[in-house]
Amino acid sequence: MITLKEAMKLHKSDIAHLRDDLKKEIEKKKEIGAYVEQLTNKNISEYMDGIPIAIKDNIQVNGWEVTSGSSILQGYIAPYNATVINNLLHSGFAPFGRTNMDEFAMGSSTENSFYGVTKNPHDYSRVPGGSSGGSAAAVAAGIAIAALGSDTGGSIRQPASFCGCVGMKPTYGKVSRYGLGAYSSSLDQIGPITQNVEDAAILYDVIAGHDFHDSTSANIAHKKVSDFLSPDRKMTIAVIENYLQEANDDVREKMLDGIKALESAGHKIIYKNFINTKYDIATYYIIATAEASANLSRYDGVRYGNRAQSGNLKDMYLNSRSYGFGEEVKRRILLGTFVLSSGYYDAYYIKAQKARHLIKHQYEEIFKEADLIFAPVAPTPAFEFGSKKDPLEMYLSDAYTISLNLAGLPGISIPLGKNIKGLPIGGQLIAKAYGEQELFDGALSLERELKGEIG
Amino acid sequence: MFEVVIGLEVHTQLNTKTKIFCSCPTSFGDEPNTNVCPVCLALPGALPVLNIEAVKKAIAFGTAINATVHKKSIFNRKNYFYPDLPKGYQISQFEIPIVEGGEIVIDFEDGSKKTIGVTRAHLEEDAGKNTHQGSVSHVDLNRAGTPLLEIVSEPDMRSADEAIRYLKKLHAIVRYLDISDANMQEGSFRCDVNISIRPKGDKKLYTRAEIKNLNSFRFIQKAIEYEIERQSSAWEDGIYEQEVVQETRLFDTAKGITKSMRSKEDSAEYRYFPDPDLLPVIIPDDMMEECKKIPELPDAKKIRLIKEFGLKEYDAAVITNTVEMARFFEDMIERGANAKLSTVWLSVELPGRFHDGMTLLTSPVNSEKLASLVKRIQDSTISGKAAKDVLDYLMKNDVNVDEAIDKLGLKQVSDDGAIQEIIDKIIAANSDKVEEYKNGKDKLFGFFVGQVMKASRGKANPAKVNELLKKQLG
Repeated sequence: MITLKEAMKLHKSDIAHLRDDLKKEIEKKKEIGAYVEQLTNKNISEYMDGIPIAIKDNIQVNGWEVTSGSSILQGYIAPYNATVINNLLHSGFAPFGRTNMDEFAMGSSTENSFYGVTKNPHDYSRVPGGSSGGSAAAVAAGIAIAALGSDTGGSIRQPASFCGCVGMKPTYGKVSRYGLGAYSSSLDQIGPITQNVEDAAILYDVIAGHDFHDSTSANIAHKKVSDFLSPDRKMTIAVIENYLQEANDDVREKMLDGIKALESAGHKIIYKNFINTKYDIATYYIIATAEASANLSRYDGVRYGNRAQSGNLKDMYLNSRSYGFGEEVKRRILLGTFVLSSGYYDAYYIKAQKARHLIKHQYEEIFKEADLIFAPVAPTPAFEFGSKKDPLEMYLSDAYTISLNLAGLPGISIPLGKNIKGLPIGGQLIAKAYGEQELFDGALSLERELKGEIG
Repeated sequence: MFEVVIGLEVHTQLNTKTKIFCSCPTSFGDEPNTNVCPVCLALPGALPVLNIEAVKKAIAFGTAINATVHKKSIFNRKNYFYPDLPKGYQISQFEIPIVEGGEIVIDFEDGSKKTIGVTRAHLEEDAGKNTHQGSVSHVDLNRAGTPLLEIVSEPDMRSADEAIRYLKKLHAIVRYLDISDANMQEGSFRCDVNISIRPKGDKKLYTRAEIKNLNSFRFIQKAIEYEIERQSSAWEDGIYEQEVVQETRLFDTAKGITKSMRSKEDSAEYRYFPDPDLLPVIIPDDMMEECKKIPELPDAKKIRLIKEFGLKEYDAAVITNTVEMARFFEDMIERGANAKLSTVWLSVELPGRFHDGMTLLTSPVNSEKLASLVKRIQDSTISGKAAKDVLDYLMKNDVNVDEAIDKLGLKQVSDDGAIQEIIDKIIAANSDKVEEYKNGKDKLFGFFVGQVMKASRGKANPAKVNELLKKQLG
């Protein structure tokens, strides 16, 4: 597949050809189910001309059916563009196809989609990760040049790692959330999923910047990172040692390769420890579900989407939401409702906010000594469909990714290689807030070093 | 034997041009669901952006009631489901409201005063409106997202009368500040009443009922009176515990009674938490300074009118009661009308001619016309009596004051010669009375004035008539 950078050099007519070829390829590789259109036997969604970018099904595109992978939004047509979509259009890109996802971005395997599962292009018996599984699978399968995803607790980085592509989560506030179907407002960020680091930087530059419509958007001028990429810059990189030890053998082995590559690229490696991930997970699942419980209240069957048959108001709410939401979504709404209830608010929600500060602080401490942090993305490579029936076990697959969202920091998942079964394994670099330039510089240097070694 | 304890929650719509979290207009009475956008419809992905104008108005209010205006306040989500609440939560302020701890002074006819505490005032968004037609219900979201200032009083009022006085004073303050239209019929000034009773002398607060759906001062009065009666009877009948529970009651305007709406068991659990879509509101120092410069308020204006123009306390109170009347009055003064004459013509004569719900704002005689009329009395062009006819005419005809005077032929005769001519005629025709007067029957002076005025068909300048008659009769 042609890279994003290459596609940007194409003439208009070539782009039209590219789009046609892409459609044929998408049709041919229907089995993967990366696009909602592949799963529903529909034509690929398009909006305007331009270099095609695949769009996660929770990002609003004017005139598209945008459903967040949910039954409750079947038939809903978005009447406006998300800010990131307008940004794409301004730069000559165009939304092209809706990628599959876990319902309302709640999940780590894309198994929680109303439309069915997306297969991992490297092994059809395995999940592509989630919740942006469709975006990552589309890029990895060569049926998207690049894609947008959203990352609340690892939903870009983890599927990128599982599928062997690059996935980047920007600093909280760098990319407007306006038009992103909200899961957890204080954690959500839209970001790029691409074939390589440079493409990720290019796409990040296109979507980043202050937006009046998002009050949490950072009111600072965006300085392009893709014009200043310098992989030769030497940095101090902190490896999270306890994560390394906890991860499974395949992941540890690839992480050690990554560390070697960073060292041979001239970076200084230091070793640090993080608090036990069980605190990250507890904190995340309290804050994310609390916010989600309110964010998803608007799906009530009153104004749009699916309204269940019922004889009175109470039943309308009850039935619409009972039938409209999947199990995982309902589980998280219930959990979020519980932690905000009077009598529990202090014990859970307030305590989680305090823990969030501690997690942020622990990053700040490391960044006093290091420019970047290097950690595994997920404890294991892609797992098989249906292998994580216990929701708590599924939550563990976010263990290394969620603390970064809690701290609001930018991170990027880079392929480190494959295990013996041919499953990709990614590692993530993390930078301090607004440190995207360092992040991409470090990522590019790692990518170059690894490609040199592999190739 | 019982003491009534009343606290009031007033929701006043702030008169910003656009809604509190989006740029939709706040206009009233448009086609349903026309003033809406992704934000106030709560479409997926839409986010709120605070309208700073609402914050400015809240600062002005806090300043007016001598309260603390918090430099930093926080918006929370108040969660509940209702079809007129698009997001399934209302954005409101909870732990840290923008305004806290103020006071409003109410006045009584005998000149005494009472200070009512204001616990807090916070910003929030209004909901839409549900309408029901048989088995079908409709939702109009034009109003959803209109900024509200919820003003919560301390339980400091002890009668319906005090509650009404508090509300009227509060109403006057928000109108003087021009932060709200405060139109009760249109729902831009709404009041919930919290009411309980207790044996006189008891300091404890007993169970309170909250009465909603009160859109006029008269209904508020009636509802409070009904509720006092209901609670006291229950106490006297020994069924207080069963009858009086913490609940929301609706006032039935047709029957004049309050009815239970929600019982305690259903009492809402709102699960407030800080809205992660909005940053804390931090008021910059210069904005705080700017917004604390507020116009003169009713009490200060009243004192000034008494001092500056020598108005009587009662008249000054009437004039300053509403901002419309105060503005009307001040405009008349600015145009050169005499203050005392203006007071009478503005507070008695003009309103006495209003019909069919006419107000100062819709009156065909505006401040400019009424000032001209008063000035024509001042400069003796017309008599006060004739001015009443002129005003009658002006209420029905769109002409200026001088045109009306001409049209009615009421121009006062002040010319000495013309008046003298009439006086001569009257004296000639009443030589007997002249004799009686000269013999000491002083009262007859009035008779001569009357005769002259009558002969002039009311147009003779009474002062001149008096003067010339005195000269003539000695």
